[in-house]
Amino acid sequence: MQSQEAAFQAKIDAGQNIEPKDWMPEKYRKTHIRQISQHAHSEIVGMLPEGNWITRAPSLRRKVALLAKVQDEAGHGLYLYSAAETLGISRDELFEQLHSGKAKYSSIFNYPTLSWADMGAIGWLVDGAAIINQVMLTRTSYGPYARAMVRICKEESFHQRQGYEIMLTLCEGTEVQKQLAQDSLNRWWWPSLMMFGPPDAVSTHTEQSMKWRIKLKSNDELRQQFVDITVPQAEILGLTIPDPDLKWNEERGHYDFGEIDWDEFWQVVKGNGPCNRERLSARNEAWDNGAWVREAAIAHADKKKSTQNV
Amino acid sequence: MNKKEWPIWEVFVRSKNGLEHRHVGSLHAADAEMAMENARDVYTRRSEGVSIWVVESKHILASNPENSGELFEPAKDKVYRHPTFYDLPEELKHM
Repeated sequence: MQSQEAAFQAKIDAGQNIEPKDWMPEKYRKTHIRQISQHAHSEIVGMLPEGNWITRAPSLRRKVALLAKVQDEAGHGLYLYSAAETLGISRDELFEQLHSGKAKYSSIFNYPTLSWADMGAIGWLVDGAAIINQVMLTRTSYGPYARAMVRICKEESFHQRQGYEIMLTLCEGTEVQKQLAQDSLNRWWWPSLMMFGPPDAVSTHTEQSMKWRIKLKSNDELRQQFVDITVPQAEILGLTIPDPDLKWNEERGHYDFGEIDWDEFWQVVKGNGPCNRERLSARNEAWDNGAWVREAAIAHADKKKSTQNV
Repeated sequence: MNKKEWPIWEVFVRSKNGLEHRHVGSLHAADAEMAMENARDVYTRRSEGVSIWVVESKHILASNPENSGELFEPAKDKVYRHPTFYDLPEELKHM
């Protein structure tokens, strides 16, 4: 047992990947099921805030792009569920965990999308933050997860660019349109910073996750990377990031930024965000209303098989 | 939860003629036709392929890593199967 675990760690330290049939510590398996399924649930629930605006997109160009983006998110959810299933959990069990509220998903999707500008801010900031995390995860130790991440990263870049283009168009528009863009940035900025998770000092999973190459950078490192990349992008738009403490720190070579409201973060994680109940009930409704389709497809397949065998 | 789940299928895509099919991932579907349609939507949304194979996962026998020794070790000491094993003069060309 001891030596199996040592051999496993040596493999990871040597930069090798772990594949589904390889021996792995039970905790590695469990941590991956939790993390990959949370990631999958986030893709699936993440379709809801944007789905809200598909029918009200301001032009056909925007509408086809948003549709394609939401369809991608369904695809990303499926890649990730498949990766989780290689660890010995079934798709139905994963859905059950989401629908019962047992599993978590990214808290950002518990905020409402109040204006069209939010489609811009989500693509720019939320997908931007997700990309930073996902690029790191292409080098994660579990093979199926890393491969899913490679596919997702390839596709995700369009998401961020279409979002930024929406922001840019609004910022070059009327005063009211620019205000919509600023209002949207004001609402999405802090939740986007929270996407990287609690600060390193209190993050319970970080140390073991780094050792097993489930993570390669800490929450705070990734958050800093996001701020450094995003501030100049806001300047191009001519928008103001809603943080009076934000300023370039010459000595560190990074932007300093203000204190994040972690009480708000934990409130949303615990289910008390503005849309937690709405999101979960939408997912449950879709699952329950789709039950007859799933059953009919199985019945049809069985019937076809039995007629073939005659 | 007691309801029957759709079986898992493995998906292989040929990106262009002249190249082999490669495993790209898996999905759930009630039957082969649905697996093909879902594979089209899930794995070739951006012209990633010109041909798709789907096969129900239960039909694949995967080697067990615990047997890697007996399966793959024997090839390791057979260096004479590689061209670099043979000592030939420098001036020899086209070989």
